[in-house]
Parts: sequence; structure tokens; C-alpha cells
Amino acid sequence: MILILTLLVIMVVAAVWGVMVRSLLKTAIGLAVVSAIVSIFMFRFNSPLAAVFELSVCTGLITVIFLSTIGLTKPISGEQLSSVTKERLKRYRYLPLWIICSGVMALFLVGLPITIIFVQRTVETDPRHVLWNLRQLDLFGQIIILLAGGFGAVMLFKEREDNEW
Amino acid sequence: MSGDVLVLFWTFVIFIIMLCATGVYCMLVTRNMIKVLIGLEILNKGVTLLFVVIGHITKQEPLVQAFVITMIVIEVVLIVVAGGVILSVYRHDESLDVDNLRNLKG
Repeated sequence: MILILTLLVIMVVAAVWGVMVRSLLKTAIGLAVVSAIVSIFMFRFNSPLAAVFELSVCTGLITVIFLSTIGLTKPISGEQLSSVTKERLKRYRYLPLWIICSGVMALFLVGLPITIIFVQRTVETDPRHVLWNLRQLDLFGQIIILLAGGFGAVMLFKEREDNEW
Repeated sequence: MSGDVLVLFWTFVIFIIMLCATGVYCMLVTRNMIKVLIGLEILNKGVTLLFVVIGHITKQEPLVQAFVITMIVIEVVLIVVAGGVILSVYRHDESLDVDNLRNLKG
């Protein structure tokens, strides 16, 4: 339980640090830390396939996509920096308070009589069987979403001949 | 439900709510488009973790893994397309500030 609590605290601290810090690169690193800790929890909770996906895709690929996007944009110049920094401090100063308040409000939920129904363990114990046999429509949906995403990316990065930019 | 499972469940729920609150605050307060996307990702991580915890408690790990994999696929496509849109906007306006996106304002 101590390990779980430590990981949970690190996860929330990494998320808050990522949101509050000015550098977008550090924000992406904070998100990667959160993602890595989520994948550790997946390993611990008997979901190794999802954990591998989370670790490779979310921690790896999505961080690379964010870093590429950040690398393709320019940081703001020195003149704007001081005014932006002051404004940022004003906007983000309530974040720790907001986190503490939400944590305290969540504590009030603890006493609520929430019933979690224990379902009989399904016949299929292998996630691959669930994915291929029970949830086939999900796979069709995933294929369509991937195609739509690929088509969207091609349309976005298509070279315009008439220089509309 | 046994006491240990309940303690585990509520511990995770409290921290997941804090994580989601961070994501929502980030999306509401920031003006940088990339950071809005990162706030959305943080929110998504909280939901994914809640899925995994509930799956572990109800002993439905295989089904939850299938859902989580679907969520990850959708997440990646969303990030790629949203990143492309952000880059296009940046090329057009030379800015990542959401306040500058007023061309379509009615």
C-alpha cells in the first residue's frame, strides 16, 4: 500500500508540475511520467497487454508527437516573456488550492454507500480472445478511426499549390 | 466487498479526482493550444486509471484491457489530428494563443 500511495502522489505531483511549469518540453515530460506510472499500475493490476500499449504508445509515441509539435513552433520572444510570466503566475496560483479542495471533496465521497457488483468471471480470460471474439465491432471502429486519423493527417500536412497559407 | 478492496478503491478514486481536476484546470486556464491538449491527456489518464482499477476490483481485467486498448487508439488519433490542426493554426497565425482564434467568430 505504501508503494501504491507513493506512486499516486508522484503521479499527481508530476501532473501539477507539468501544468504549472512554463516550458512546454517539461510539460510533455510531466505527462510522460504520469503515463509511465499509469502503466505501472496496469502491470500491478493484471492488465499487462494494456500496460505495454500504454507504455509504448502513450509514454513513447505521444510524447514524441508532442515534442515534435513543440519543436516545430517557436517560443515567445524575450520582450513578451516578462509580461506573460506575470500573467501566468496570476492564472496558475489557484491550482494547488484547487487540487487540495478537489481532494478534500473526494474525501467526502468515501462514506457514500457505493455498491460495486462483482460479476462472475467471464469464460474468456485472455484479453486477445475478448478483443477478437467478443468485441469485434470495437476493432472495426478502431480501424475506421485509424483511417480517419491518417486521412486527417494527410489533409492537414498536404502541400498547398496555391500558397493559401 | 472486503475492507481492503474498499480502501484500495477509495484511495485511487481520491487521487484520480485530483488528477482529473488538474487536467480540467489546465484546459480552463491555459491559453496555449498545446497545453490544452496536454490537459486533455491528463484527464484521459485519470479515466484510464479508473477503468483499470474497477476492472481489477470486479475481476474483469480482460474486458477492461480491450477497452483500454481501444481508448489508447482513439487517444493517439486525436493527438495526431489535433497536433496537425495546432501546427496549421500556428503557420497561419504565428501564434499558439487560443485568444487569437477569432477568425470564425460569429
